[in-house]
Amino acid sequence: MEQKITIEPVTRVEGHGKVTIHIDDEGNISQSRLHIVEFRGFERFIQGRPYWEAPVLVQRLCGICPVSHHLAAAKALDVIVGAGTGDGLTPTGEKMRRLMHYGQTLQSHVLHFFHLVSPDLLFGIDADPVIRNIIGVAKKHPDLAVQGVMMRKFGQEIIKATAGKKIHGTGAIPGGINKHLTIEERDSFLNGPDPLNIDKMISWSQDAVNFLKGYQKENKEFIDNFAAFPSNHLSLVRKDGALDLYHGVIRAVDSEGNKILHDVESQDYLKYIGEEVKNWSYMKFPYMLEFGKNKGWYRVGPLARLNTCDFIPTPLAQKEFEEFKAYTNGKPNNMSMHYHWARLIEVLHSAEMMKELLNDPDLLEGELVTKGTKQDEGIGMLEAPRGTLFHHYKINEHDQVVMANLIVSTTNNNEPMNVAVNHAAKQFMTAQRKITEGMMNAVEVAIRAYDPCLSCATHALGRMPLEVVMVDGQNNVIDRKRK
Amino acid sequence: MAYKIFIYGYGNPGRQDDGLGNAFVEKFEEWVNQEGLKGFEFDSNYQLNIEDADAIAEKDLVIFADASVEEIEDFILTPVDASSDVSFTTHSASPGYIVKLCGDLFNKFPATYLLHIKGYEWAFKEGLTEKSQKNLEKALQDIKEKLKNPEKLINLYKVF
Repeated sequence: MEQKITIEPVTRVEGHGKVTIHIDDEGNISQSRLHIVEFRGFERFIQGRPYWEAPVLVQRLCGICPVSHHLAAAKALDVIVGAGTGDGLTPTGEKMRRLMHYGQTLQSHVLHFFHLVSPDLLFGIDADPVIRNIIGVAKKHPDLAVQGVMMRKFGQEIIKATAGKKIHGTGAIPGGINKHLTIEERDSFLNGPDPLNIDKMISWSQDAVNFLKGYQKENKEFIDNFAAFPSNHLSLVRKDGALDLYHGVIRAVDSEGNKILHDVESQDYLKYIGEEVKNWSYMKFPYMLEFGKNKGWYRVGPLARLNTCDFIPTPLAQKEFEEFKAYTNGKPNNMSMHYHWARLIEVLHSAEMMKELLNDPDLLEGELVTKGTKQDEGIGMLEAPRGTLFHHYKINEHDQVVMANLIVSTTNNNEPMNVAVNHAAKQFMTAQRKITEGMMNAVEVAIRAYDPCLSCATHALGRMPLEVVMVDGQNNVIDRKRK
Repeated sequence: MAYKIFIYGYGNPGRQDDGLGNAFVEKFEEWVNQEGLKGFEFDSNYQLNIEDADAIAEKDLVIFADASVEEIEDFILTPVDASSDVSFTTHSASPGYIVKLCGDLFNKFPATYLLHIKGYEWAFKEGLTEKSQKNLEKALQDIKEKLKNPEKLINLYKVF
C-alpha cells in the first residue's frame, strides 16, 4: 500500500506551498510534489492599464524583488517606445539601471544566504529550530549577522538612490531612467564611513565566499550530495559569453555542458520556451520546446548562470569562478547546495560591478532617455537574483496593455525544485511513517537552495507557510505537519 | 534634551488600507516640518526587514506604524517586546523580531511602540477607504499629542 507525506508550510520561504510525499508499501518514496496552492492572476490585473504604468505596477508582485520586476518591465517597454532591444539606451540610462540591478542582486543574495540559509549551515538542518534561525546566528556568530544586515542596507541605499524611493520606485522609465546619481550619493557609496562603502562590501563579499568554501570543505558529503541531480541550465549571457545579470542572449547547456540553446535573442523567447500546466499546481512548468516537456526543463539562477557563462568580467569574481569551474573539471555543476557558492560569487561580482559603475562619470550627467518609433509589443528579460525573468507586453492603439505574460524565476525553477524535494524526501523520509521537524526542514533546505520566495511565482502576497502530508497508496493521510 | 525619534510606516500603498502605515508617516512628517520640530527621522517601506535593526539602534524612541485587521475600534499604540518569535520570513519580520535583532546584534534597546491603525479593504487599488482615513486622522492627533512629551513614552517603555 502506497503512503503519502505532505509538508506545509515552508518557513523562510515565501508564498504558499504544500509538499506531498507518496510512500509505497515497502516504505520507499514513490513520488514527491511541491504544490503551489495560491493564485493571484497578476497578468490579468495589469491589462487595460496604460503601458507606462507597468514598471511601477509590477513591483506589487513582490516586496522582496520589486526592482527585478521594475527593470524587466522597463526593458520590455524600451522596445515598445522604440528604444531598442537592449542596446538603444543612453550610457547614463543603462548604467543607472545596472547600478540599481546590482544593488538589488547584492541585497537579495545577502538576505537569502546570511539570514535564510546560514542557520541551516551553522547549526545543521536537523538542529533545534529554537536556535536554527537568524537570532541564533546573531548570538553565536554576531559578525556574520552584522555583515548580512549592513550589506543589505548598502544594497537598499543603492536602490533608493537609483530608483528614487524604496516603495514603488520610479527610476526606470520606458526608454531610460529619470534621474542621475548626485555627487554626494556617489561619494557616500565610494568613500562613506565603514562599513557602508563599496570597498568594505567587496571585502565582506570575499569573506562570505571564503566562509562558504571553508564550510564546503568540512561538510563535503552534505554540500555535494544533498539534492544533487543532473539537469539543463539556462540563463542570459552577454554576447561574448560573459556573465551579465542585466542583459544578454539566451543560452542553455545540458548537464554535460553541451550548448543546446545557442545564444538566441530574448525577443524570440516564444520560439524556444513553452510552459506546461499541471492540474496539481498553480505554478506552470517551463521547458525548452525543442526537447519537450520531459527533457526540456532546466535550472535557472546563480548555479545555472555560472554553468552557462564562459567567464565573469570582474577580476575577483573571475578568480572565484575559475575555482568553481575547476571543482567539476569544467563541466556543469549539478549540486543544488552549490547554488549558495554560486550565489556568493555573484555577490562579489555585483559589488565589483557597483564599484566600476560608481566610478563612471556617466552616472552623474548625460542624456537620460531614448525614444524612437513606437511598437505594439515588447519583451524584457534580465537575470533576477533567483533566475531568468521574462516580461512580455502587448499594447493597443490607446496605449493600454492588452496582454502580459510573465515567467518569473521561481516558475523557471519549478521542475528542479520538485526534483530537489524528491531527492530530499528519499534521503530523509524513506521507511518513515512520522514527519519530524528535521525531515520538514530537509525539504525546505532543498527549496531554499533555489528560492526563498514563491510568492511572485504564484502571484500571492504574504508569507509562505508549508504543509507536508504523508499519504499511502490509497490516498489515506498517515501524517501531516504544518509550521 | 533632544531625543532621537524614528517614525517608520510599512505596508503596500497599492493595496488600499494596507498603506495606512505609509500614509501615517507621510502626514506626520508634513506636520513635523510645519512645526519645525527637531530630532525626527522617517522611513517607509513595504515591510520591515533585517536592516531595520540597524536603523532603530541609535534611536531613543521608535514608533512603527502599520495597518491592522485586529478587533480594535480605530487605533491603538502598544509597546513592542523583544520577541523571540523566530518565524522570520522575508515578507513579514515583526516589530518584535526587529527589536530582538537590534538587541542581539547591537546591544541597543530603544523604546519601541507599534501603532496599529484599523483598516478594512485590501484590494489591488491605490487609496485609503473613508473609514480608515478617519482612523488615520485620530491616530495622527493622538501621536502628535503624545510626542509633545516623548520622555513620557520613553519612560513608560522602561516600566513595561
